[in-house]
Amino acid sequence: MSKVVRVNPIACEAHGLCAELLPERITLDEWGHPIVDPTPVTGQVEKHARRAAAACPTLALLLAEAGRRSPVMD
Amino acid sequence: MSATRLRPEPALVVAPQSLPRLLAGLPPGDRPVTLDEHLARYGSVREGGRSRSLIDLVEASGLRGRGGAAFPTATKLRAVASRRGRPVVVVNGTEGEPASGKDKVLLRYVPNLVLDGAVAAAEAVGAREAFVAVAHGATAESAAVAEAIDSRRRRKLDGRVALRLVEVPDRFVAGEETALVQFLNGGPAKPTFTPPRPFERGVGGAPTLVQNAETLAHVAQIARFGPDWFRRVGTAAEPGSILVTLSGAIARPGVYEVALGSPLRDLLAQAGGVREEVQAYLVGGYFGTWVRADRAAGLRLSEAEVSLGARAIVALPARTCGLAETARIARYLSDEGAGQCGPCVHGLGAIAGALELLASGDRTDRRDRIERWVAAVRGRGACHHPDGASGFAASALEVFADEVELHLRQGRCSGSRR
Repeated sequence: MSKVVRVNPIACEAHGLCAELLPERITLDEWGHPIVDPTPVTGQVEKHARRAAAACPTLALLLAEAGRRSPVMD
Repeated sequence: MSATRLRPEPALVVAPQSLPRLLAGLPPGDRPVTLDEHLARYGSVREGGRSRSLIDLVEASGLRGRGGAAFPTATKLRAVASRRGRPVVVVNGTEGEPASGKDKVLLRYVPNLVLDGAVAAAEAVGAREAFVAVAHGATAESAAVAEAIDSRRRRKLDGRVALRLVEVPDRFVAGEETALVQFLNGGPAKPTFTPPRPFERGVGGAPTLVQNAETLAHVAQIARFGPDWFRRVGTAAEPGSILVTLSGAIARPGVYEVALGSPLRDLLAQAGGVREEVQAYLVGGYFGTWVRADRAAGLRLSEAEVSLGARAIVALPARTCGLAETARIARYLSDEGAGQCGPCVHGLGAIAGALELLASGDRTDRRDRIERWVAAVRGRGACHHPDGASGFAASALEVFADEVELHLRQGRCSGSRR
């Protein structure tokens, strides 16, 4: 089951650690909020992603299952 | 040899043969259709011995949500019905979209049609509770709904389904479905991070069906008259009628019921035409797209041609500045965000600020920046607020491109005589 990185934008406070720890998938916008590349993470990159998720001060960075889209939208 | 099967005698109900359907038979005077009048016209939505389940009927009808996202209603009903636990229904009558008044018209004048749909949907998914969410300050609508709920309770019309009126803060994002759920759970009326979506875990943790008020009014009619009747109006791909709110430079602004796929021209004629020369129409409300008047002349009200969003259409007079109106709406949308997600807070604020400068005659070319911000906020909120607001801004730059040039070159616009 491949994983992708997601940000909970409500919890995120733009500390920016994720971009330091996971440059493979995360860049920051001009206000310091993460822009996430939705390419699945594997191997070494997945390791970096887990480390970044654990380091996020507001626990806003998540590893989610790839392809899980809600069948129901508002 | 089989005996002739006795089918329950249908109520002496005549399906509306033409438009309007939802707004058929409104009484003279400014008052709601009473429950007695409603039942005399339509009978009870629970009688009549439907041969197929309501969800199947709705699926066959092709009904899509009338709140703005146009999601297939049957899919949503099925998703909620298939979850474990007793579901809850929420009627979304908040209508935070400033250019839209259609749900308010339904709640105010035919509340029982909406409540019929809520009860039918509740029974279809196995819910025993349906909350009717109305914006705080919509006093006539709240009063009509409260009176309708009371009358139905006295008659024990709705079996095991209990209807409850809830007043929700009158904010733009309060009607977003996760915001509604969070509010009903005692929190602020602001969107939440998903998953879980309401159909998975909503009010009180139960699977929750959030449906727009107009959608449920259609459900009530499909339950009575069936999918074939429903499809007699509209197109094969987009069946049924819609309520459209017309405002701006219109002779008789208001809420009109038209067939999906019908020409905008016909709707305008129904409303007495335009009051003065129009340069563009905002189609779909504040999350919508600007359509130039020349293109609007041949436009059909179909999702295939233009996103209809909340089905609100605003006619912008030729003498007003499209950029000024765009800046006003962009600022409104920025202010009306939940203030929760960084990209939305910063991005919509930046877009609104740049549009205001452009509209006011500042000659610094900020088009590239606006386009960058539009791209930067898309898909980066917990809800679709930044997507809707940025899409609106992008369409303004495209449709009012000449106006932008004029502002940048001369520091003034065609709308002013300065």
